[in-house]
Amino acid sequence: MMTIGSESRQRFELPARIVGGVAAVVAAASVLLSWSYDPAALDDMSFWGAPSPLQFHYLALGALAAILYLLPIALRPRNGSWTNWVAWNTAARFASFTLLGFPVIAVIAIALEAGGLINVDPGAWLALGAGVVATLAGVLLPTSPEPAMHRIKTHPVIQILAIAAGMGALLFAAVFALGLQDAGAFLLYAGFAAGLVLTLLRLGVFGWLAVCAAANKRVLVLAAFFVAFAFPFTQNGSEANMSIATQVLIFGATALGLNIVVGLVGLLDLGYIAFLGAGAFTSAVLSGSAFATINWTPPFWLTVLISGTVASLLGLLIGSPTLRVSGDYLAIVTLAFGEIFRITMNNLDGSDGPNVTNGSDGIPGIPDLNFFGFDFGATHVIFGVTIGRFANYFWLMLLILALIIVVFTNLNRSRIGRGWVAIREDELAAEAMGVNTFALKLLAFATGAFLAGVAGAVKAHHDVSVTPDQYVFLESAFLLAAVVLGGMGTVMGVLIGATILKLLPEKLRFFSDYRLLLFGLLLVFMMRFRPEGIIADERRQLEFHATDEELAEEVEEELVTYHAHYNPDPKGQK
Amino acid sequence: MLEVKDMVVAYGRVNAVKGITFEVGAGQIVTMLGTNGAGKSTTLRAISGLLKLVSGEIWFEGERLDGVAAHRVVQRGIAQSPEGRRLFPKMSVEDNLRLGAYARKDPSGVKKDMDNVYDLFPVLGERRQQPAGLFSGGEQQMLAIGRAMMSRPKLLMLDEPSMGLSPIMTQTIMRTIRELRDEGVTILLVEQNAQAALSLADKGYVLEVGQIMFSDSGRNLLGDDRVKRAYLGAD
Repeated sequence: MMTIGSESRQRFELPARIVGGVAAVVAAASVLLSWSYDPAALDDMSFWGAPSPLQFHYLALGALAAILYLLPIALRPRNGSWTNWVAWNTAARFASFTLLGFPVIAVIAIALEAGGLINVDPGAWLALGAGVVATLAGVLLPTSPEPAMHRIKTHPVIQILAIAAGMGALLFAAVFALGLQDAGAFLLYAGFAAGLVLTLLRLGVFGWLAVCAAANKRVLVLAAFFVAFAFPFTQNGSEANMSIATQVLIFGATALGLNIVVGLVGLLDLGYIAFLGAGAFTSAVLSGSAFATINWTPPFWLTVLISGTVASLLGLLIGSPTLRVSGDYLAIVTLAFGEIFRITMNNLDGSDGPNVTNGSDGIPGIPDLNFFGFDFGATHVIFGVTIGRFANYFWLMLLILALIIVVFTNLNRSRIGRGWVAIREDELAAEAMGVNTFALKLLAFATGAFLAGVAGAVKAHHDVSVTPDQYVFLESAFLLAAVVLGGMGTVMGVLIGATILKLLPEKLRFFSDYRLLLFGLLLVFMMRFRPEGIIADERRQLEFHATDEELAEEVEEELVTYHAHYNPDPKGQK
Repeated sequence: MLEVKDMVVAYGRVNAVKGITFEVGAGQIVTMLGTNGAGKSTTLRAISGLLKLVSGEIWFEGERLDGVAAHRVVQRGIAQSPEGRRLFPKMSVEDNLRLGAYARKDPSGVKKDMDNVYDLFPVLGERRQQPAGLFSGGEQQMLAIGRAMMSRPKLLMLDEPSMGLSPIMTQTIMRTIRELRDEGVTILLVEQNAQAALSLADKGYVLEVGQIMFSDSGRNLLGDDRVKRAYLGAD
């Protein structure tokens, strides 16, 4: 790539477009052929002339790539004209990468699942070849100027429709992905989704969507909750996916608690899972299970409050002596605390002191919740759709998550949140400004622990049993990874990070042996290429890229727009 | 207004300030001169409550100030613009100013004072949404002073505001300091730039290795041979 100068790129442009376009069409057409001799591999790609659902996705991708290659021939994009609002070439390049990557994954998966490359049919080889050609053509195309779609003025109604369409697509994609039972098929779909997202990102569509979303934040949040609320209706009683989804919500709620400590205040906590465990054990002990060690069962709302309080008291207990140390020392102390918690729970079995947790057996047989006669353990039929046990817990957890998000965002915007971020940026300066740093750090510890404790209270009932060995250091590490991967300090990012880290191991059982290796690699790559996480906190982004020319220009540009908007008098601009 | 008596401050076993006594009268500009390591910044930090005293006393408006936590010192009416400015570089100008007003609970007053800062330093007003880290040294110093002003202090302590600034920018900052004094703010100014600091100080103290060597009015110190030799480059 390095050897191709920009002049020869210009010369190659038209041939590259034609070759790339034809290759994309061929790739799309390859789905009419059989890809796999064995119908059991992936989602049955063994038919001739009748594509499987995944093959249809590939067909759509091929069509998109063909449009990206061929349409500019007719439009002749010029600088300054609307035809240059999108970055045709860069997007075509990424679509081509995906056109190549998809059959590569498919061929490997078929070979592994069906036993040998012999099972790969001509369709997959054709797609692979077409993918190679398309990629070569994509590399030869000159790089497009930066897309300008985010500058397009859009009518609010269209913006809201775009959000609705985006959310609908998200729901569809989630349902489709969770419906894939085959691990190879899931991975293939994940690759497709990642490729499509990157293509649309390069095309500039996301810039426009981000503007729409920023202009209609409330609509976006409501739409997101509506989609999450509607999710159980798409499962029609299938319990496996609902259980995974509920676990994702519990994990996400806990990660949001950790996000206060790590993302907002900048304190590294490596024993956070203990607070989830404290909530779960409290809830289990008060659940009325035959194995519970306290013979008192308060109503669940009270249990939730008690669980949260117990967790936050633990937070205060660990916080008040340790928050005086900072940085790495705090990380070590919290790491030790997490282990102390687990070992203590293991030893509170009555042999040497009181029996609280039954030791390593934990507390099994936790009964299902029952709100005013609504039994969480029973299956209900709503609007003709079967809603199972896990869906009930999913909705409960969704409600709690909504409350947690409200608490988090309000705290973040408040005076307290400002103090937290000031501590993160420069503790000494914050102290000099009159921020009571010790009290605020302690408050962060207690608040975060409370949220985790609340999530733990639901987790106990969802899991039916609580044992100490669920709360190992690895879980703390995963929580931290979710926060860092998703984007420290943000709500959306952390929830996305939690989803990725919880969902992938569940759906990709075959790599569960290698999951630590793969997540480690993922984190290393994230730190190299996008240290601010998937979703960047506005303030955080500057921390990582403050020296980037690009960002400086961006800020400059924003400022000009800002002035043009609020200061129509041109003399006011400087 | 501020009285420091026999103050000793240590980092570990090393005494950085070895028993100093000085006084800042209400409405004055008092300057403290000294080379690196003389204990100037340590003195300010101790007054702010960021460092504990080994011995000695600090009195502010007739009440003991030593042993008071840093955030309460700000509430009592003492603000510090720390050495090296220590802005929050990733936060906008506006957020920096808001943090300066952290100890206050009157939003309308804060808004008004923020506008006052923007009037005092129009450069800040024009770029209030920009992150502080993108500003030039002089502009950052303006923001640091503005931020300290946001707590509406009775006593403003400035730690080397001229550090790293051009002579013209230094003049601007010094003029601002005089304006603030004329508005009724008492100022304790720590400087190495003796010329600039002494020409506006009512009183000056000269610090060397943790002790006050001598003190006099600003005008007299400007003419003092010892000061001339040590700080003004005359022989």
